[in-house]
Amino acid sequence: MTPRTRDLSPSRARWEREVLQPALRKGPERQPAFTTVSGREVAGLYTADDLPGFDYTRELNDPGAFPYTRGIHATGYRGKRWTMRQFAGFGTPEQTNARYKHILEAGGTGLSVAFDLPTLMGRDPDHPLSLGEVGKCGVNITSLADMERLFDGIRLGDITTSMTINSPAAMIFAMYLVVAEKQGADWMTLSGTIQNDILKEFIAQKEYIYAPRPSMRLITDIFGFCAREVPKWNTISVSGYHIREAGATALQELAFTLRDGIEYVQYGIDAGIDVDAFAPRISFFFNAHNDFFEEIAKYRAARRIWAEVMRDRFKARDERSWKLRFHTQTAGVSLTAQQPYNNVVRTALQALAGVLGGTNSLHTNSLDEALALPTEHAVTVALRTQQVIAHESGVADVVDPLAGSYFVETLTRDLREGALQYFETIDGMGGMVPAIEHGYPQREVAESAYKFQQAVERKEKIIVGVNEFVQEDEPPIPILYIDETTAEQQLSRLVELRRTRDNDAVARALDRLRAAAAGRDNTMYPLLECVRAYATVGEMCDALREVWGEWEEEPVI
Amino acid sequence: MRKIRVVIAKPGLDGHDRGAKVIARALRDAGMEVIYTGLRQTPEQIVSATLQEDADVVGLSILSGAHMHICPRVMELLRERGLDDVLVVVGGIIPDVDVPKLKEAGIAGVFLPGTPMQEIADFIAGHARQRVEQI
Repeated sequence: MTPRTRDLSPSRARWEREVLQPALRKGPERQPAFTTVSGREVAGLYTADDLPGFDYTRELNDPGAFPYTRGIHATGYRGKRWTMRQFAGFGTPEQTNARYKHILEAGGTGLSVAFDLPTLMGRDPDHPLSLGEVGKCGVNITSLADMERLFDGIRLGDITTSMTINSPAAMIFAMYLVVAEKQGADWMTLSGTIQNDILKEFIAQKEYIYAPRPSMRLITDIFGFCAREVPKWNTISVSGYHIREAGATALQELAFTLRDGIEYVQYGIDAGIDVDAFAPRISFFFNAHNDFFEEIAKYRAARRIWAEVMRDRFKARDERSWKLRFHTQTAGVSLTAQQPYNNVVRTALQALAGVLGGTNSLHTNSLDEALALPTEHAVTVALRTQQVIAHESGVADVVDPLAGSYFVETLTRDLREGALQYFETIDGMGGMVPAIEHGYPQREVAESAYKFQQAVERKEKIIVGVNEFVQEDEPPIPILYIDETTAEQQLSRLVELRRTRDNDAVARALDRLRAAAAGRDNTMYPLLECVRAYATVGEMCDALREVWGEWEEEPVI
Repeated sequence: MRKIRVVIAKPGLDGHDRGAKVIARALRDAGMEVIYTGLRQTPEQIVSATLQEDADVVGLSILSGAHMHICPRVMELLRERGLDDVLVVVGGIIPDVDVPKLKEAGIAGVFLPGTPMQEIADFIAGHARQRVEQI
């Protein structure tokens, strides 16, 4: 990728001749080419010459006005700051419940649930593949009883909760709804988010159970159910975060994520739901990586592309369908195990990019996350990082302060154009589902990951403390160690649950779930019935495995 | 002389395969024969693949914290199948305190985040060579 050569204005041409060239003769630049962390080449200087035909109203417009490049809120963060939402979960539901109470007391303004791998993969703790995984990467939730423990003493009607759950999203969401109902909260006003984004699982994180098409069916069932029953719930968080973590460039993250969004909207429409009945509840989730300006441009381009797609491609009439709302998480993959305190600085810069890009909510990673799940102290420092940006830096007081920067606007334009080209390629394959079935985005991401690693090995990309400024004999830092008592406790609880619940009611509910899955009835209703009977995540997912089978990808390197 | 044969495996439920795929390509580019098993392999499946592929090296990629369960089990099964001379290395998110325990269980190399690919390739070339020459 090279910067476009442009017709230079007379004054710029004169500058290059009379000022730049003599300067270069005196001292050449540090390297022959300069590239972002995504490998995008950047020029040394941007001027109005780089933005020919720039049209403020069409490309940016004022904040709160189509195409929302400058933000979806007219007042930016002057009205309401972003939500500081720290992703957390480990061990037993009780341990995570205590962490949530700590986060809320420390000034966190929303909850975000991390589930362990057995839960994410729809396996109970007694499944052979759950060996050693229970409670390790997140909290283990086996049945409604665990969900009740997880939110004990936390009023679900008063907070918003984001749940990072994908293949079993419908099952976990049903559990949340039943807990809320038992607390007396009204589903009509209940708010929060389920990630529920299966396409990026096939592309990047690989936590899928069923094939792409039945997986999409579960998602459109949730769209339809929420439009009627839980209208304020964010039914999906279309995620670029994991695509980026898997090695994608900023452009690939932007393009694949928004193209995934297009696929979900198309499936919703094809399922017979009016676009404006579900599109306003679609939200997004992006990564905040190291390259400061490219990240900011990525968020701005994303808002513009989505607004144009929703209005022009899908003919949505409700302005809320046009507005791209997104969560940001700083880049876990950028954290280093070496000199871990440096990660606080990386995270602060990434978080600042997210804020300058107008994120609606933000998670900052903890300094110890290249080593283990974070300690409570590390989580507090991460939250404080956001609070310093919010309360001390002044950046939240002016809307989209980088607008009009020749560089940022050029990047915003280039990223948009690059994404539209990817859309064309994927549309040509028949959409994202067929593209995934052919392994296209998977190969693109793997290729970028390998290129980046090679650049690091050749020291074309410097990682402080890893391939430069290395320090031997670092003192170890305290880390969170999760022992095996979680697995033991969750296993014995599962045995107890199966002994005490009404197993006939469970079997009947699971039969109804299988029937709905085999037919066309919305699966959310039988799932709620399963949950109320205390069916486990594994049992519900197995019932659907019996009907739909499991997906296996062709391993390619 | 035949090429070093490496099975790269992703055990457990985790699907984060960036590291496994990058190292698989790096070892292939370093002149080794690489077999990537794909995701969610049980220790039994990994050892079967090692036997079938006549591999000299097994590389495990584990980021989920399940390494203290998976690694000793793989070693045990390799011994049961008479594959004691297969070099086993592991890469991923591994707390420092677990490294000596893994070495004790017979894991020859533990590679933490940030390890250069070349270092891993050199380690494997240096340690697996003997087995390759004996065959």
